[in-house]
Amino acid sequence: MQEHDTSWVRTEMALAQPAPAGVRGLGAWVRTNLVGSVGDTILTVIGIALVVMIVPQVVSWAFLNAQWTGPDRTVCATVAQGGIQPDGWSGACWAFVNAKFGQFMFGRYPIEERWRPILVAILFVALLVPLLIPRVPRKGLNAILFFGALPVVAFILLIGGMFGLPHVETSLWGGLLVTLSLSFVGIAVSLPLGIVLALGRRSKMPIIKTLCVIFIETVRGIPLITVLFMASVMLPLFLPEGVTFDKFLRALIGVSLFAAAYMAEVVRGGLQAIPKGQYEGADSLGLGYWQKMNLIVLPQALKLVIPGIVNTFIGMFKDTSLVSIISMFDLLGVVKQNFSDANWATPQTARSGLIFAAFVFWLFCFGMSRYSMFTERRLDTGHKR
Amino acid sequence: MASQEILREEPSRASFINDPKVRSLVFQAVVVVVLGALVWWIVQNTIDNLQRLHIASGFGFLRGRAGFDISDSAIAYTSDSTYGRAIVVGFINTLIVAAAGIVTATIIGFIVGVGRLSRNWLIRKICMVYVEVFRNIPPLLVIFFWYSGVLSVLPAPRDSYHLPFGSFLNQRGFYFPRAMWGEGSWLILVAFLVGIAMAWFVARKAHQRQMATGQQFPVFWTSLALVVGLPVLAYALSGFPLSFDFPKQSTFNLTGGFQVKPEFLSLYLALSCYTAAFIAEIVRAGIMGVSKGQTEAAGALGVRPGSILRLVVVPQAMRIVIPPLTSQYLNLTKNSSLAIAIGYPDLTATAGTVLNQTGQAIECVLIMMVVYLVLSLVTSAVMNVVNARMALVER
Amino acid sequence: MKHIAIGILGAAALGLTATAASAGTLDTVKQKGFIQCGVSTGLAGFSAPDDKGDWQGIDADFCRAVAGAVFGDGTKVKFTPLSAKERFTALQSGEVDILSRNTTWTINRDTALGLNFIGVTYYDGQGFMINAKKLPGVNSALQLSGAAVCVQSGTTTELNLADYFKSNKMEYNPVVFEKLEEVNAAYDAGRCDVYTTDQSGLYGIRLTLGAPADHVVLPEIISKEPLGPAVRQGDDQWYHIVKWTYFALLQAEELGITKANVEEMKTSDNPEIKRVLGQEADTKIGTDLGVSNDWVVNIVKAVGNYGEMFERNVGSGSPLKIARGINALWTKGGLQYAPPIR
Repeated sequence: MQEHDTSWVRTEMALAQPAPAGVRGLGAWVRTNLVGSVGDTILTVIGIALVVMIVPQVVSWAFLNAQWTGPDRTVCATVAQGGIQPDGWSGACWAFVNAKFGQFMFGRYPIEERWRPILVAILFVALLVPLLIPRVPRKGLNAILFFGALPVVAFILLIGGMFGLPHVETSLWGGLLVTLSLSFVGIAVSLPLGIVLALGRRSKMPIIKTLCVIFIETVRGIPLITVLFMASVMLPLFLPEGVTFDKFLRALIGVSLFAAAYMAEVVRGGLQAIPKGQYEGADSLGLGYWQKMNLIVLPQALKLVIPGIVNTFIGMFKDTSLVSIISMFDLLGVVKQNFSDANWATPQTARSGLIFAAFVFWLFCFGMSRYSMFTERRLDTGHKR
Repeated sequence: MASQEILREEPSRASFINDPKVRSLVFQAVVVVVLGALVWWIVQNTIDNLQRLHIASGFGFLRGRAGFDISDSAIAYTSDSTYGRAIVVGFINTLIVAAAGIVTATIIGFIVGVGRLSRNWLIRKICMVYVEVFRNIPPLLVIFFWYSGVLSVLPAPRDSYHLPFGSFLNQRGFYFPRAMWGEGSWLILVAFLVGIAMAWFVARKAHQRQMATGQQFPVFWTSLALVVGLPVLAYALSGFPLSFDFPKQSTFNLTGGFQVKPEFLSLYLALSCYTAAFIAEIVRAGIMGVSKGQTEAAGALGVRPGSILRLVVVPQAMRIVIPPLTSQYLNLTKNSSLAIAIGYPDLTATAGTVLNQTGQAIECVLIMMVVYLVLSLVTSAVMNVVNARMALVER
Repeated sequence: MKHIAIGILGAAALGLTATAASAGTLDTVKQKGFIQCGVSTGLAGFSAPDDKGDWQGIDADFCRAVAGAVFGDGTKVKFTPLSAKERFTALQSGEVDILSRNTTWTINRDTALGLNFIGVTYYDGQGFMINAKKLPGVNSALQLSGAAVCVQSGTTTELNLADYFKSNKMEYNPVVFEKLEEVNAAYDAGRCDVYTTDQSGLYGIRLTLGAPADHVVLPEIISKEPLGPAVRQGDDQWYHIVKWTYFALLQAEELGITKANVEEMKTSDNPEIKRVLGQEADTKIGTDLGVSNDWVVNIVKAVGNYGEMFERNVGSGSPLKIARGINALWTKGGLQYAPPIR
């Protein structure tokens, strides 16, 4: 038996402990986020070293030493290279981008007609912005204008040849104008086509299914550049004598078909995720195939795969840069073409031009991906388990 | 006829126009007819065009003398070789750059993907910047960056950077000593293979023993000793048959040694960096897809953190990772066709040159398409096998 | 009541801009109102867009001359820039009516590609250019063993290069690009020691390099490169019009007819000039060809004679400053010779 002294009661206060290490404030943040352990500390040091090595160089090249304006190559070349900069100077040649900006945007579109693409761009933005902001009313009308009326208006404005507008051939188009029009049409065509292909692939009709599978898997199996080669060197031989396609249109068809195959797979993922009960419920209500798809299945399926759809759009937007390989002058093509201008040939020109093009592409793609994340959160109506 | 019999059995008000079976048959028939007509029209047009313009056709040209040289060739090739061989050279180059790119992209991708989940704020942010930058730029631009970067940063051949082991780095590429295998070097290869086989055997036995008795065995070190040690032993036994051919300076370039051309280097680096950004996102999603309870349960069982990652998290994450990883590998392979923009002689480039020299557009584009298609199908088949082994075994 | 919606083939026929098929190229061209001319994507002196986007050069001017013959107006031409890879398909398929794109005339292209070359508008040969500052002491192509050579892919140049080094038992390292701009950029960046292409091209390219004075063109010419326009096979009328436009340019130079004096020349007493310019009574030379009788007047008004065209684009009137050499008229010791117009 052991004796327990159960009557002991503490009568004085315990000694005050020092305050626990802060979980708030800068010090605590650094402790948990930067120097949490030995490994962390080493990583942080490596990280800081990386940042210190890269950031100042980039800043001084892109901003501090950069040349923003100038008439020709002399502002961007050192004395030894025949310019005005001191030896050892290295900075971005934004003057080159500045001087060629019009070309980068419109290509060889006639200068006196450039108000037309600008007007199209304004209309595009004016219709797109309200479509993207959820609170703005009249989405239906807006969508009809954007996907129905705008392409027609843009077509008339850009090509011309009617209503007193002089005709501008597509071979004169270039720069961002080509990149954006290829992407817009590609998006507008590939989404519906992709949906049709996805439905076809899940169809119960064996022939339709086989054809869709063959198309989708073939296109997904080959690189876009091969599709573009096909469009530029093979397609003309497929047509009867004398019938020719516009080169721009050929690239457009190539890009759209290519994107449609990828879109089909994304949409198919959405269709598969819809529980069977939804299909059966629609059937039991007596809905026909298209009613079932339009009213019940597709709205749910498409909502599920919005991120995938936007990713496909981003991929396609980036892929339009490939048309520069089949000697069309999209943004990248025009920028590269201008490198051979003897007036601007300096060691910095190519780098500056490429970084400008990269920045423009990045801006569009990053914007699209952020918007898709926003939509995803907004439409998240609890389908996730 | 058949449908009418069904109708008789089950009298229905609907006429056979509304019978879904009939409809689908008619619809499919229409599609087949329309498509058949389209194909026939295209074939007919093509034949007409070729005949009218006296353009040669057929694949006979593949046996003709190519007449042009290719800078990078893994198999013997001269300008006297055939067009067919030129295309094979391009195909092998595609395989080389794709394989190298896939390995590197996977490594960078896993590091960056894990880095994005790091507790370290700085590392997290650096990895995020990497992913967001590379994901949103066209791959073609990344390739141009590397190419113009490589050419402008590196010195001319006369002022090459001297690197250890007699290697050099300059505008013309990266030169390192070429290994010259002498008599009896086959023994080393055999030893290497035997080493691998034995290592595999040891690993299996050790695993069985651990399962049975709980005793561990230093598998890694044993395997290393076997795989490295045996070939070294063979090397010594066969009388040191290895010598090196060092690159030397000549009038124009360095000669001798093994040269990695800047075209290959920039294509490989660009493809790796670009694809790694996507792989990083896939890896992150995979790790985040493993529920936290798994880690905590493993922790509660007393498993050490390193083992938790290795034995619990990664196997489950791999299930989520592999299907999208497959499509990234396919994308990388397809993106390698952008080599044409910087003059690396891959399949697209060599087949394009052949197209130019012979003018047989249809045949050349067809060859390109079929080869890429087969390559894609084979890659997906291999990855499907891997996926099947990884997939959840439901009991 | 169910609506059958067939959407699969609905969207297929979007915006085709096909031109109607027709029997002869001449009729099609007349119907269109312009000639579609395939040119290079930019080679100074032959076909390159100037600051305003107008195509300049011998090849571009040749198409203007044909437009002069057909329409009496040299501006009725539209240009399609074509890469080396696209050029033949573009002509074969009817996308362009003339391929005037510094293209070498070879038997293979006449027989296996369905082309008809109409003649040689520029006798060229393949040469080499090096950076003399970086490679002092190299003054012959035979010293180039071991060099890295920049060359455009898919051209006869690439084949000649291989043959030349092989026959001289020299090693080289080909650096091959798809587009001329890329070859220029790589050569300028020092990726290769030697640039090879047609010699006329080398002079033009030298001007666009960072430091033109550093580069020299080596004396060797390793191949025959007869450059000329080509048309599709199977349309003799169009072939004749384009061919005789070329001969008319030469004939005009031989007779001293220039852009400036062509109106005066019409009233010349010289029977040959009168005949060529269609001033003979009841002449049927032009109409038999399918154009108007004053076709030569129109050609000369559009671009001048061959000599003027040459000097303006590649000769003394241009930055290229290439001498006439073998491109002079046969009367002056060159190779340019036209059959009589009668």
